[in-house]
Amino acid sequence: MTTITYATRDSVTMLRRNLKHLVRYPSLTLTIIGMPVVFLLLFVYVFGGTMGAGLPGGTGSAEGDVSRADYLHYVTPAILVMTVASVANSTAIVVAKDATEGIIDRFRTMPIARSAPVTGHVLAAMAQTVLAVVVVLALALALGYRAGASVAGWAGAAGVIVLTGWAVTWLSVALGLASGSVEAASNAPLPLILLPFLSSGFVPTGSMPTALAWVAEHQPFTPVIETLRACLEGRDPGSDVWWAIGWCILTAVTCCWWAGRLFGRVRAV
Amino acid sequence: MTYRDTAIEVAGLTTSYGDHAVLRGIDLTVPTGTVYALLGPNGAGKTTMVRILSTLVAADEGRARIAGFDVRTQPDRVRRCIGVTGQFSAIDELLTGRENLRLMADLAHLDAREAGARVADLLVRFGLADAAGRRAATYSGGMRRRLDLAMTLVSRPRVIFLDEPTSGLDPRSRRDLWQVVRELLAGGVTIFLTTQYLEEADQLADTVGLLDGGRLVATGTPAELKLRAGGETLDDVFLALTGHAVATPADQDERQAAR
Repeated sequence: MTTITYATRDSVTMLRRNLKHLVRYPSLTLTIIGMPVVFLLLFVYVFGGTMGAGLPGGTGSAEGDVSRADYLHYVTPAILVMTVASVANSTAIVVAKDATEGIIDRFRTMPIARSAPVTGHVLAAMAQTVLAVVVVLALALALGYRAGASVAGWAGAAGVIVLTGWAVTWLSVALGLASGSVEAASNAPLPLILLPFLSSGFVPTGSMPTALAWVAEHQPFTPVIETLRACLEGRDPGSDVWWAIGWCILTAVTCCWWAGRLFGRVRAV
Repeated sequence: MTYRDTAIEVAGLTTSYGDHAVLRGIDLTVPTGTVYALLGPNGAGKTTMVRILSTLVAADEGRARIAGFDVRTQPDRVRRCIGVTGQFSAIDELLTGRENLRLMADLAHLDAREAGARVADLLVRFGLADAAGRRAATYSGGMRRRLDLAMTLVSRPRVIFLDEPTSGLDPRSRRDLWQVVRELLAGGVTIFLTTQYLEEADQLADTVGLLDGGRLVATGTPAELKLRAGGETLDDVFLALTGHAVATPADQDERQAAR
């Protein structure tokens, strides 16, 4: 077998190991799905009536299911992106746990592809991301969310989710390796969870104070959420899609390089 | 001597962490099919030695060859020959004993049938057959150590490194592990072990190297060393050559407390 087929085989072996971990330690996956579910319910049923009324083109009235439905429609893309971001927490914890245990040294004394342990984590996190997004989207649909997307729109939406998941995963792999302990790793991705709130995801940026609006318009989650929103509504996302792709590739490539450097230095206990 | 006769060859190995010199010019040779025990107190540099020989870290200076391959320039060739059981358990706690072994078999690229047979054989040999379906997190200290060693053996390494293999084990588990080492030797492998237990070196080793402060202060068979220092036990030898004991009772207490 060639080096590449061995590398693939080792990565698949590691993926299988990581998936077993996720199944045997379900609280991590339940947490990352639970958080966006709670936010979705909170934003739709508690804030939705008022928030929907305040949207541009809203009824202006804080009453009625109409504004709640409007807000569900507005907030669902943001919640889906938040779901992707929340996987970072689990990934960073799992990676840090692995890196601080003796088994990583065992892998490093074996004739396996150097990249296999990290590739296994990345693939498992992507699987977790897809699962979490499907569950949250199903809930949004059950609550009455209706996307106006064509097949191409759905494909674009799936692409945005996967690309964002890929960037978030590499960032959290690097954070997990950099943090040095499971405790630190569980806190490291917190900004990633909060950042979607400071975007156009929950309220239009026009309603924010000028400085904050500027931040919201220029941070990576805004073009990502806007692209997803456009895809789901069957609109052309315009320049947002290029900003979204650019941010994701920049993050993924930078963090991939960073993770590679860190992995070379990882030393158990 | 040819490479076939020499499993481990170390010359002038020197390394330091910052200002602290950990190894100060180590030379040693381990003939194939023998046991070399590196005996020394905590902080003598034993673990660093194993980490260098098993390709985990690079030495600052000097040369080390395992089965004829240079650890610095041919790490992948070295990794194909070695198995390492470190001081800290290197098992996957969320997987069962069987799955841990199967993981090693898959990473060793054994085909499915061979992997299944190898795993089943090791489970029986290490007394883990009954616990094979339980997660490793539920294993006792002795079982963990046995699983750890069994994982090391899946790929049939020719040179095995055991870093303090019995520290923290009860006397019975320790004797069980010694028995395993003897069986391995009968199979023709070479073993490099580190230990703080004089009895362990005495029981197992063909050659003992006394490591103190990063230097090999004496090397020889246990009998030679006893003769040279005029002592009854390796303890006497260590004391005669270094002026202090391998591990003071206070050290032992400290380690127990740390655990």
